[in-house]
Amino acid sequence: MSSTRNFDMRRYLHRRSHNWTVLALATSATALALLVLAAILFKLVWSGLSAWGPAFFTMNMPPPDRDGGLANAILGSVLMTVAGTAIGTPVGILAGTYLAEYGRGSRFAQFVQFINDILLSAPSIIIGLFIFQVMVVPMGHSSGWAGSVALSILMIPIVVRTTVDMLALVPNGLREAAAALGTPKWKVVTSVCYRAAIQGMLTGIMLAVARISGETAPLLFTALGNDSWTWNMNAPMGNLPLAINKFVNETSEIWNRLAWGGALLVTVAVLALNIAARSIVNIGSVKR
Amino acid sequence: MTPERAPQPPAETALPDSSRAPAEGQAETAALPTDKIEIKNLRFYYKKYEALKDINMKLFDKRVTAFIGPSGCGKSTLLRCLNRMYDLYPEQRATGEIVVDGKNILDPGIDLNLLRAKIGMVFQKPTPFPMSIFDNIAFGIKLYERLPQSVLMDRVESALRRAALWNEVKDKLKQSGLGLSGGQQQRLCIARAIAVEPEILLLDEPCSALDPISTQRVEELISELKSDYCIVIVTHSMQQAARTSDYTAFMYLGELIEFDDTEAVFTHPANKRTEDYITGRFG
Repeated sequence: MSSTRNFDMRRYLHRRSHNWTVLALATSATALALLVLAAILFKLVWSGLSAWGPAFFTMNMPPPDRDGGLANAILGSVLMTVAGTAIGTPVGILAGTYLAEYGRGSRFAQFVQFINDILLSAPSIIIGLFIFQVMVVPMGHSSGWAGSVALSILMIPIVVRTTVDMLALVPNGLREAAAALGTPKWKVVTSVCYRAAIQGMLTGIMLAVARISGETAPLLFTALGNDSWTWNMNAPMGNLPLAINKFVNETSEIWNRLAWGGALLVTVAVLALNIAARSIVNIGSVKR
Repeated sequence: MTPERAPQPPAETALPDSSRAPAEGQAETAALPTDKIEIKNLRFYYKKYEALKDINMKLFDKRVTAFIGPSGCGKSTLLRCLNRMYDLYPEQRATGEIVVDGKNILDPGIDLNLLRAKIGMVFQKPTPFPMSIFDNIAFGIKLYERLPQSVLMDRVESALRRAALWNEVKDKLKQSGLGLSGGQQQRLCIARAIAVEPEILLLDEPCSALDPISTQRVEELISELKSDYCIVIVTHSMQQAARTSDYTAFMYLGELIEFDDTEAVFTHPANKRTEDYITGRFG
């Protein structure tokens, strides 16, 4: 078979110039995105790092133009994130397990999955409003618990989604192999499927924790904020995002500095969680 | 590719030659075998599609039965009926009867976990659990037996020895089963299946992913296990069927075309389609 192609040089050059144009556009878009990210990080470190010091981590939120720190806000954020995670993780994993292992393919499961996906992209302020209505109003006051529940509701759809996705990656052959030994279904799921999917599921949980630890809107009407040190989850509770929100808009220079310091702290925490989550995946893939 | 390690003549040459004495080399099958499984009027459906059409056959205890046939003929499907593996998938169903030790296992009231504990299965692809080599074997044992650690250890060791894997893994029992080679993983799966001491062993193309040496080990294992189990093997390799089995069933398009002594099927098949398949004229 001899080739009889009409080799059109102009057509080739045209293709090649297109290639260059698109490549240049894609590269500059990437550069722009990276530039913005770098600018944010730079500004955060530049303005925030100077606020970090012993006082920042040990003193409570001060009145205007007085020295102070964000200790109570850090405590509140940690407490509410831990509580939110403690509520959100089991619910998310159990719901995800139902969708992936028990209800797979059923109408009901598809419907729940659809709702979950909507919840995943629901504006977080709406979740705050919802908890305000169902918890804060009946209780008569804002509280750390209300903030925790709002955060957990934000977390659940993320955990559900990653659990479903990770369990879907477990090969059916593994389930069959376990079932072929006479393993009851629940044991197949807990001993075999979870083990096979554990890294992905942990990653999902950590990404969800990272997501909720920086959320402001769900805490606005639920935790409300508090300037003093408290462990009482039943009372209004200070937290980093709301402290930043409060301090950054004021003229007090100390407040502004604290706000930047808080912003840097939140960013570092989220970044650390994200890196930890990724490294779980990496450790896992090396082991295989 | 499987090695020509033939206690019997290679299938292709043996076939058309009907002058060969049928009883040759099959002395042990002459002893009267007992029924272990009786399949009656079995039909199987994937949704509306009928994958098995009125299968009737008996499988004998302490014998190896091979299912052969071209891809899609239903041999794996038939195997998956024997431990109701299809039950994991709601769109699959079977009608008819499969009687194991006098009980119809297609009865909806049957306890599937107990059934499967009695009927071991090894799959085409190795499926080690994501846990240590020891736990892979101990998992199935611990499901139904509460044993002291030392007894459990003995059981794990003997299962691994029978699967000809012990010497390769005895120093790394705590390591992940996923770290083994493909052939080792498959022998691990066989060890896992026999560790629970089932009465019936179903092998679904157990050697298709294995190299010739591992294949040979698995085949040796099958002939050793034969004295204790009713073994059913699905295979694409006719040499393997000829080497390992006492009885051979040829299936085609969801029907059981021929079922007889392996020797008979390979030396003077009764059916033209069987002969064509075995001699490589189609399939």
